[in-house]
Amino acid sequence: MAGNLQLTSEGKLKHFLTIEGLDKALLTEILDMAESFASMSDQQVKKVPILRGKTIVNLFFENSTRTRTTFELAAKRLSADVLSINIATSATSKGESLLDTIRNLESMFVDMFVVRHALSGAAHFIAQQVAPHISVINAGDGQHAHPTQAMLDMFTIRQLKNDFAPLKVAIIGDILHSRVARSEIIALNTLGVAEVRVIAPKTLLPAHVETLGVKVFHNLNEGLKDVDVVMMLRLQKERMSSALLPSESEYFKCFGLTEEKLKIAKPDAIVMHPGPINRGVEIDSKVADGPQSVILKQVSNGIAVRMAVMAMAMQPQGASL
Amino acid sequence: MKRIQINHGRIIDPANSIDRIGDVYIADGKILSVTSKPDAFEADIQIDASGQVVCPGFIDLSTRLREPGQSRKGTFKSETLAAASAGVTTLCLQPDTVPVIDTPAVAELIKELAEKAGYPQILPIAALTQKLEGTELSSMLSLKQAGCIAVGHANQPVKNLLILRRAMEYAASHDLLLMLRPNDYWLGNNGCAHEGALATRYGLPGIPEAAETIALSQCLELAELTGCRVHFGQLSCKRSVIKIQQAKNDGLRVTADVAMHQLHLTENDMTPFDSAYHVLPPLRTEADKQYLRQGLATGTIDGIASDHQPHDLDAKLGAFPETEPGISALETLLPLLMKLVVEGALTLPEGIAALTSKPAEILGLRRGALTPGLSADVCIFAPGSAWRIDEDNWRSQGTNTPYWGHTLKGRVTHTLQAGLIIHKSA
Repeated sequence: MAGNLQLTSEGKLKHFLTIEGLDKALLTEILDMAESFASMSDQQVKKVPILRGKTIVNLFFENSTRTRTTFELAAKRLSADVLSINIATSATSKGESLLDTIRNLESMFVDMFVVRHALSGAAHFIAQQVAPHISVINAGDGQHAHPTQAMLDMFTIRQLKNDFAPLKVAIIGDILHSRVARSEIIALNTLGVAEVRVIAPKTLLPAHVETLGVKVFHNLNEGLKDVDVVMMLRLQKERMSSALLPSESEYFKCFGLTEEKLKIAKPDAIVMHPGPINRGVEIDSKVADGPQSVILKQVSNGIAVRMAVMAMAMQPQGASL
Repeated sequence: MKRIQINHGRIIDPANSIDRIGDVYIADGKILSVTSKPDAFEADIQIDASGQVVCPGFIDLSTRLREPGQSRKGTFKSETLAAASAGVTTLCLQPDTVPVIDTPAVAELIKELAEKAGYPQILPIAALTQKLEGTELSSMLSLKQAGCIAVGHANQPVKNLLILRRAMEYAASHDLLLMLRPNDYWLGNNGCAHEGALATRYGLPGIPEAAETIALSQCLELAELTGCRVHFGQLSCKRSVIKIQQAKNDGLRVTADVAMHQLHLTENDMTPFDSAYHVLPPLRTEADKQYLRQGLATGTIDGIASDHQPHDLDAKLGAFPETEPGISALETLLPLLMKLVVEGALTLPEGIAALTSKPAEILGLRRGALTPGLSADVCIFAPGSAWRIDEDNWRSQGTNTPYWGHTLKGRVTHTLQAGLIIHKSA
């Protein structure tokens, strides 16, 4: 049901709001297309004319460096005109509603919105409200979804592990507040991994988390056993003050990823993190910068995956691939 | 005043255990006789009710008309028209108006607005504490004297239990009924959806059942301690029904209602992020819904409320968590009652009792029945008549209902309030 809004009647991607409702074939198509764009990065001329003449607006109601810049770069490499709007200094802080902001930008002949917002469902709401020719890409909405992050993680996993089927993946940390975790869990299950685990104290797990199709662990040592992919999540500092955790040091002791803990996972396990990382809180520097870490690879893959999603979403609007 | 004769309807009057075809005779704004024609009765108006149900007018235990203070959402005029068209002849107004119903002056203002709208049977619920802030007691006795039917706290939790205790003691001293929606502020945690699989999937801040059941348990304890009569409104989960049953078994003077939509909708019915489904307490699980229905059938839950909360369009436009909760619910009250009957959850007389004699009993009103001598509040409806929920048929200013665009069965043809025809379908 959530998927219908993002697909055209022919089943093509129109908006990219959530992984939910997209099938394995479509996710694979995104990964394949991202692969063709990834090879471009090594070339001298990094641009393709797929979105020439199209206007893309990055609408960030929440701060972000990595996601915003990679979206911006991706759009530019597709030859689109890009406008990045920092909402903290714009009209919404003067009391303009979300809808008014969208309506104003719409009247400037925009073709695509890339939206990040602090509330779950914001991207869905915008996709329902915009004119029919406009595509909406969700760059993170509240605690709901961050589908391009999930896809760049899938891309990175496929690059390094080839096949999803045998993989055991553990997601560690603040699942409760994480839109990344929700999107990753759905993507991993859709692509058919052997097992998805979540490892966290109960205070950082949403109620009925098992209904998402995961195995639940409250102990890092047990959860890491035989794991091929270790996905760390960022722990927001404010969680300490809201009675979810006693202290950073106790969290690190229980759930922080150290070299020693990592040894419990498979020897060739990879370590991922959506960034920005809190060194010494959820991950030890030796691991973050160590040989098994693929954190920087994730960042560079972000550009190719976002190019793929933007190109595909604009396809029904006349962009040629 | 006109003498009215309602002919050949199926008269259902649960308070008097009547369910048969017959006529109802009305004079001087009162029920004169049911089934047997009084001597020398000459009707000024004849209403043909053949094929229809004739029952007492509905009494709604929880309504918002939005006036005073929020006329962009609804007015006495628009919402009482909606009430009349829904067969509702008496309604209890929640105290969260602007200003709050915490002084006799506001209660008087409401009486005036009601008279002006031509719908006098509006019963304000007085705020239990001043400005609903939960810190200082309101002048409950003066408010009662100004016509308030009970005291309540709308959607605001009373955070401090000592204040709740004092307020209940004071209410009990004046034999005032407390009408409360149990909701623990801290456990509610500013959530906007049931803490279940759906909220987890969509990343929506959840409200656990415990936010309701813990507040309910605390209030039951205080009811025992203070002797205050308490009516719990808009219960949403199975465990609340169990607790109410236990309290009744223990002899506590408590009653309960459920909002009509809770008997039909669950979290699984929510279209993702559709703000029409944003309501408090949140839509819960299928098991909760079934248990609420059962609780109603066995009488643990006494009545059904509309929990009518009309909104302007803007209130429902936005990302789900930032939209305002509430459903415009008066006009779907009867169709959804018929749905319960069709689905076998209740018999029609049981359903009508939950909207008439039971609420009257809870509120201590001599209404909700077709007993000769009582005010002629009557609802006549065509149980099988289908109609579409859309602009052409809708009267409330708030179009915020998950049923918008649906076709439902059960339509009120006439509503009489104190012997006046306040609604007649075209």
